[in-house]
Amino acid sequence: MSEQHSLRDGVTGEPLTLITAEGQRVDSDTLDPWVNDVGDSFLAGLYEDMVVIRRIDTEATHLQRQGELALWPPLLGQEAAQIGSARALAQDDFVFPSYRENGVAYCRGVNLTDLIRVWRGNASSGWDPYQVNVATPQVIIGAQTLHATGYAMGLVNDGASSATITYFGDGATSQGDVNEAMVFAASFCLPVVFFCQNNHWAISEPVGLQSQVPLAGRAPGFGIPALRVDGNDVLAVLAATRIALDRACSGGGPTFIEAVTYRMGPHTTADDPTRYRDANELEDWKAKDPISRLAALLNSHGMDMEKLDADVAAKADAVASDLRSGCINLPDPEPLDVLPTFSLRIAPG
Amino acid sequence: MTVMTFGRAINAGLRKAMDQDPKVVLMGEDIGKLGGVFRITDGLQKDFGAHRVIDTPLAESGIMGTAVGLAYRGYRPVVEIQFDGFIYPAFDQIVCQVAKLHYRTQGNVKMPITIRVPFGGGIGSPEHHSESPEAYFTHTSGLRVVSVSNPQDAYTMIQQAIASDDPVLYFEPKRRYHTKGEVDEAADLSQAPAVGAASVVTQGSDVTLVTYGPLVSTARDVAIAASDDGVSVEVIDLRSLSPIDFEPLEASVRKTGRLVITHEAAQFGGLGAEIAASITERCFNYLEAAPVRVTGFDIPYPPSKFESHHLPDLDRIMDGIDRAMGRPNSLSALEGK
Ligand SMILES: Cc1ncc(C[n+]2csc(CCOP(=O)(O)OP(=O)(O)O)c2C)c(N)n1
Repeated sequence: MSEQHSLRDGVTGEPLTLITAEGQRVDSDTLDPWVNDVGDSFLAGLYEDMVVIRRIDTEATHLQRQGELALWPPLLGQEAAQIGSARALAQDDFVFPSYRENGVAYCRGVNLTDLIRVWRGNASSGWDPYQVNVATPQVIIGAQTLHATGYAMGLVNDGASSATITYFGDGATSQGDVNEAMVFAASFCLPVVFFCQNNHWAISEPVGLQSQVPLAGRAPGFGIPALRVDGNDVLAVLAATRIALDRACSGGGPTFIEAVTYRMGPHTTADDPTRYRDANELEDWKAKDPISRLAALLNSHGMDMEKLDADVAAKADAVASDLRSGCINLPDPEPLDVLPTFSLRIAPG
Repeated sequence: MTVMTFGRAINAGLRKAMDQDPKVVLMGEDIGKLGGVFRITDGLQKDFGAHRVIDTPLAESGIMGTAVGLAYRGYRPVVEIQFDGFIYPAFDQIVCQVAKLHYRTQGNVKMPITIRVPFGGGIGSPEHHSESPEAYFTHTSGLRVVSVSNPQDAYTMIQQAIASDDPVLYFEPKRRYHTKGEVDEAADLSQAPAVGAASVVTQGSDVTLVTYGPLVSTARDVAIAASDDGVSVEVIDLRSLSPIDFEPLEASVRKTGRLVITHEAAQFGGLGAEIAASITERCFNYLEAAPVRVTGFDIPYPPSKFESHHLPDLDRIMDGIDRAMGRPNSLSALEGK
């Protein structure tokens, strides 16, 4: 009861934070109990993940600029939201992402070449969802939230104790499907985590056009507890996702998490944010960068940052070079590959 | 053999499918205690439980999208859309997800979802309760679309639809729900006609009359009436609207040289157009006359006082046969004949 109450406190106010933009560790009654086990080596792991996926993202953006990819949806600025949530998941939790969750996919073990197959135009999806428990990325805004909800119905029917997590943006919260998903998840008390990355923009539309209240403030109206966390604080995101997963897996039903973050790049490589976005806004958010704040915290803990940065950079370089060679060596499909190698119509007759 | 109504036959087929496979779950609005507004799922929630016969919130996209998630998880959802005109909120999930996920994932994710749609007019309903939206779905690859015309097919084809690893739209002619017929409940599914196979329901030699769903029984009446006029009509029940089993149609048209297609749905861009075009391509040298379509008019489904004029009936189909036969018909004056 008291926890429920304290969760509600985190719904519409300032986002819950554990690591400030300056890299200070601050307390949160709601979040702290969920990250007691997180020491500096765990934090260093999260740091590595964030640096690596930023590097993947940058490399993919370059590949697009060089004509090797047709399009790429950058996640720049959203590393903490993706890594913090993905690293809270168990192996058998199932992810229903949008198109921007390449950081989540990386954490789930998606092969690097598989990450870019779709964006090079070679295939309609990059990987077998059942190998990594990540559904194929969804382009229809919000549709995947219903898939996560239905999958969760199956989990309950099967007596399984895992959960689903579905990722979507601030724009998606206006879609009927997202709202319907919350209705279904609440009515059937389903193990779903609704993970909204409020990156402040839906292409050129600011979040204020989607909602006049903080997005997390909507969920309680569905009977779904919500958490509004600093989405650039990897530790706060990890804690919030653990809270939500724990509730889901112990029969407590869905949770809505609003991770307040910022899309520092364009919507996709085809977008031009200078047409609609004030440059000062970007500067403000650069000061809240998810990676540099964690570096500052680790530094204040006496971590040898020179060594960590060298190790992490070496890993990022290796990953980027694998991504690049996987991409440019991907052969063009043969024209007839457009026809499925399996029968689209399998049924008798 | 048991004599039962069309509606009862679907119920019995659903029951059998649920008995045989615990992964079969039914979802829809009012399908539990009420048994559906047409009572097609009558008694199933009582016998199988609320976790397998699920009364859902009132949101068609929600129903379809959660069915997709259940299918991802290995279930075989059977979704009831309460009436034809209420399928549109689910259109996006059907066309963008149900139809495409199998292809999108290179065959890794199957969508064995059955979507039951009571369709068509003739029951005196207000707007949105009498539509024939099948062509929206036949135009979409990745979906199977079937329509049943008699209790035996209703019984076997619902089971085949559920057993299919493809998504199937199963169109039920609601005005025939109370028609009775013999049903062999012990029928071996593996011996039943394939779900995709068209069937010749009345043999004839002068003109081929192709239809499906609610108009099959009207077409049989047409064949009887026409034989009094000395015209021998071969009636074909398509059963599967996508894919279409063209072979029996071609064989029939090679024999008769004349083709009439009838459906309740509007004419423009409808199934009749597709069949006329395909048969013309395949059997051009056998055709004695242009194919004729007898369909609902190209208007929104009208108020029920007009529906007897809107729906193809015996007289209008007979007139279509006259046109195909080159006999005097309703258009003769226009054509100066
Ligand atoms: C149903 C639908 N409408 C429109 C689009 C085109 N579109 C692609 S991304 C996008 C903005 C989505 O914004 P948001 O949900 O905030 O996610 P973000 O891209 O910021 O991660 C739009 C309008 C789409 N993909 N799907």
